[in-house]
Amino acid sequence: MSDSQGPLWEVFVQKKAGQPFVHCGSLHAFDKEMALQNARDLYTRRNEGMALWVVPSSAITASSPEDMGSFFEPANDKVYRHPTFYQIPDAIGHM
Amino acid sequence: MNNLFVYTLRLADNSLVLAQRLSEWTGHGPFLEEDLALTNVALDTFGTATSLLEYAAQVEGKGRSADDLAYFRHEREYTNVLLVEQPNGDYAKTIIRQAFVDHFNLLLYTELAKSKDETIAGIAQKAIKEVTYHVRHSSSWVLRFGDGTEESHNRAQEAVNELWRFTGELFEMDEVENNLVKEGISVNTSLLKEKWEKQITDLLTKATLKKPESSFMQSGGRKGMHTEHLGYLLSEMQTVPRMYPNAKW
Repeated sequence: MSDSQGPLWEVFVQKKAGQPFVHCGSLHAFDKEMALQNARDLYTRRNEGMALWVVPSSAITASSPEDMGSFFEPANDKVYRHPTFYQIPDAIGHM
Repeated sequence: MNNLFVYTLRLADNSLVLAQRLSEWTGHGPFLEEDLALTNVALDTFGTATSLLEYAAQVEGKGRSADDLAYFRHEREYTNVLLVEQPNGDYAKTIIRQAFVDHFNLLLYTELAKSKDETIAGIAQKAIKEVTYHVRHSSSWVLRFGDGTEESHNRAQEAVNELWRFTGELFEMDEVENNLVKEGISVNTSLLKEKWEKQITDLLTKATLKKPESSFMQSGGRKGMHTEHLGYLLSEMQTVPRMYPNAKW
């Protein structure tokens, strides 16, 4: 296999209408149309979804591992941010 | 011989031989994603072939199974069109062959879905969705190759020139098929020719490729007169069942 496989794309699959698009992996393709076709063949051949997004990986801005402390740790000791102190009426069911 | 059997077997052979050819690419595709894409197309095509072979076996009613028809017929008994048995060549040639077949199959199955024979209509109906995707896949590659680099353009044009002579056979009619058309079972493929040529010409033009001037057409597949390539394909495909005739897996 050659190494000129085109840029990397991230693939998001939506299981059913109304549900969120979930990241499921990445692939190589030369353009949008090919990325979409490849995503269909790689990630939805076993009925995994009803809709697809493909996004150039280069368009994604990610947090870096060095930021982990300052980004996420301050949330650790602030339990009051979780809405677990409310009594939920039974009629509402599972939230 | 039973017209319906002969016709169903022709359709089956077209799918089976093409699927076998496509599966030769499995593990050898230009890159991982495309390897899987073409393998998917091969699998769809094998699926159609299986349904058709099973139906052919049932229509014949002589106790032969779908496997018997696939593995224990000789080259001369295969009735596929010559186009589908042509070697894969480079990826451009595989794609051009596929685009020719895909566009034809979509037209054919769309008509066959209205067949008075319920099984044929059902198989065609199922195939339409698959082939619609195949058309999209192969067409996008024709554009990419034709309108790509000089190298890819030349290779695609060579493939068109080489394979064009095998396209006339797709639209040939004979007594078997004419009779079935009268019964509302098969399709008069000669009527699909104009539409197919327009679609292909449009695609080639968009891809900056040229339809060959030559009108010479080679045929003979229906009568079992094949190009030298089919024998090799069959011997590879049939080797295991012929060595171990009752093997189960």
